Amino acid sequence: MRREPVLRVVGKLLIPYMLVFALYVQFHGDFSPGGGFQAGVITAAAIIFYALIFGLPAARRVVPEAVVEAMVALGVLIYMSVGFAGLALGGNYLDYFVLAHDPVHGQERGIFWVEIGVLVTVSGVMLKIFYVFAGRGRESGGG
Amino acid sequence: MIAEHLPALQVVVPLAAAPLIVLLRQPGVAWALAVAASVFAFGASLVLAAEVARVGVISYAMGNWPPPWGIEYRVDALSAFMLVLVSAIGALVAPYALRSVAAELPREQHYLFYAVFCLCLAGLLGMTITGDAFNVFVFMEIASLSMYVLIALGRDRRALLASYQYLLLGTIGATFYVIGVGLLYLVTGTLNIADMAERLAQVGGTRPVLAALAFITVGLSLKLALFPLHLWLPNAYAYAPSAATALLAATATKVSVYVLLRFYFTVFGAGLVVRTLPVPEILIGLSIAAIVTASLVALWQADFKRLLAYSSVAQVGYITLGIGLASADGLTAAVVHLFNHGITKGALFMLVGGIALRAGGVNFARLQGLGRAMPVTCLGVTLAGLSLIGVPGTAGFISKWYLVLGALEAGHWWLAGLVVLTSLIAVAYVWRFVEAAYLSAPAPGAARIAEAPLPMLAVSWVLVAACIWFGFDTSFTVEGARRAAALMLGGAP
Repeated sequence: MRREPVLRVVGKLLIPYMLVFALYVQFHGDFSPGGGFQAGVITAAAIIFYALIFGLPAARRVVPEAVVEAMVALGVLIYMSVGFAGLALGGNYLDYFVLAHDPVHGQERGIFWVEIGVLVTVSGVMLKIFYVFAGRGRESGGG
Repeated sequence: MIAEHLPALQVVVPLAAAPLIVLLRQPGVAWALAVAASVFAFGASLVLAAEVARVGVISYAMGNWPPPWGIEYRVDALSAFMLVLVSAIGALVAPYALRSVAAELPREQHYLFYAVFCLCLAGLLGMTITGDAFNVFVFMEIASLSMYVLIALGRDRRALLASYQYLLLGTIGATFYVIGVGLLYLVTGTLNIADMAERLAQVGGTRPVLAALAFITVGLSLKLALFPLHLWLPNAYAYAPSAATALLAATATKVSVYVLLRFYFTVFGAGLVVRTLPVPEILIGLSIAAIVTASLVALWQADFKRLLAYSSVAQVGYITLGIGLASADGLTAAVVHLFNHGITKGALFMLVGGIALRAGGVNFARLQGLGRAMPVTCLGVTLAGLSLIGVPGTAGFISKWYLVLGALEAGHWWLAGLVVLTSLIAVAYVWRFVEAAYLSAPAPGAARIAEAPLPMLAVSWVLVAACIWFGFDTSFTVEGARRAAALMLGGAP
């Protein structure tokens, strides 16, 4: 589809806004529907959209397979290190109350990092699934 | 400071090892991390068990949210006992896996195996330690999904089909479980197991509660492979990589039995399950069917690993038989057999993995005359086989002894006779191995087969030695099980 000028132009116009919208959903998740999972899906959808228009090899150059796999693991580790931070600051595991000078602030800080972890893992997993299915038959040489 | 957070670290450390392994990718590093995490988990479970023996119940508020609202991790006599079993098997299978996985899996999949192994261990430990009914479901899914992957990693192409079969049935089981929990939540408005038990005592046996009991029983019966819901088990065990089979056979069904015990005796209470409903009769009937049919089917298997898989279905029958008796001796037998069968089957599947590595398979045709080529391995299989039969002086005897006591106490003398009689079928199928390995002429080429690699042999023999040790020293197993049984029948958690 990379020869279709309409798709290419619309794609180039839309993808940056999709990524920004993902960040909006991510950070506004504290006050409105949204959060790490939804933002992760939107981020992955932007990359998948790019892959549909410009082809899988182009998408793989932008977000290589190795990065995707690292994201899957890294997000979980970010989430877990929030738990360990709670332990280090003298609370229980995943204790948000001790993460800042007052409990409410600590809550917000805890949720913020946990949601970052969710964003990273979810977008990684979505892309991994897409790459695995879209790449089927290419590596093995068939149609 | 570390000691008070051990309930959380028990699960979190193996869980954290999994993403680290995926990030680092090196097979050697992956293995070392998996061993470190599982050995840490074993140490943590021993400390927790000692602590529980001293103070009774340990409660840990996850994220510092107080229990009825937040997720509570709760260690009592029963869960401490299960934690020791699961993490001990994990700590032995992890070092065993190095040579076995290197031989059975392509190199680029090694780190995935260890990552999934750690996830599976974390899931099983989480199911045991958590005091929250929905959290049990979450950990059940973590454990099950990683098990499907572990099975699908098997060398044989049929492993994929076996994994898919297990995925379908396992998902149905988990769905039934969560429907049951949903109904209980509807009735009680809480997900905390201890809180749920208190509120259910006021509600009594209303229809939603009975429906919840039915859904949870069927769902967990699928997971623990109670006859006739065991169809996923033989293929899954037979085609999974050897290290995965050892872990699954020794722990996976056992943890599901634990969850069933938890719901029967802590949540619903013996009063409802045992005295007003015909649950014991159903359990005893299905257990007898499991023991007799699975033992007979095991006799006719051409593959030794499949034979052991069918024997697992039969042994699960002995465990549920103990639950069905629902007396102090019956429950003691069930809990002791969870442990004793775990170490026996763990030992057997580990040794069989060694044979598969050297002989290229465990079909009975390949086992001919193997007693001369692999004497240490075959001796181990024979000794663990004796424990499977329940010969005096082995761990298996202790469980059968309490099962017979429980049956006699309940006045079911015929049931006691049946336990002894079906042990004879076990004699027959263990004899098939002895006959092939020691009394048959070696197959051509068998002389070139060497003994299994030393590290694999060493950890397998730790379990074989445990099968003998716990046949004589029952201070940990029987005393632990007695305390757990008293806890379950006492009602209060």
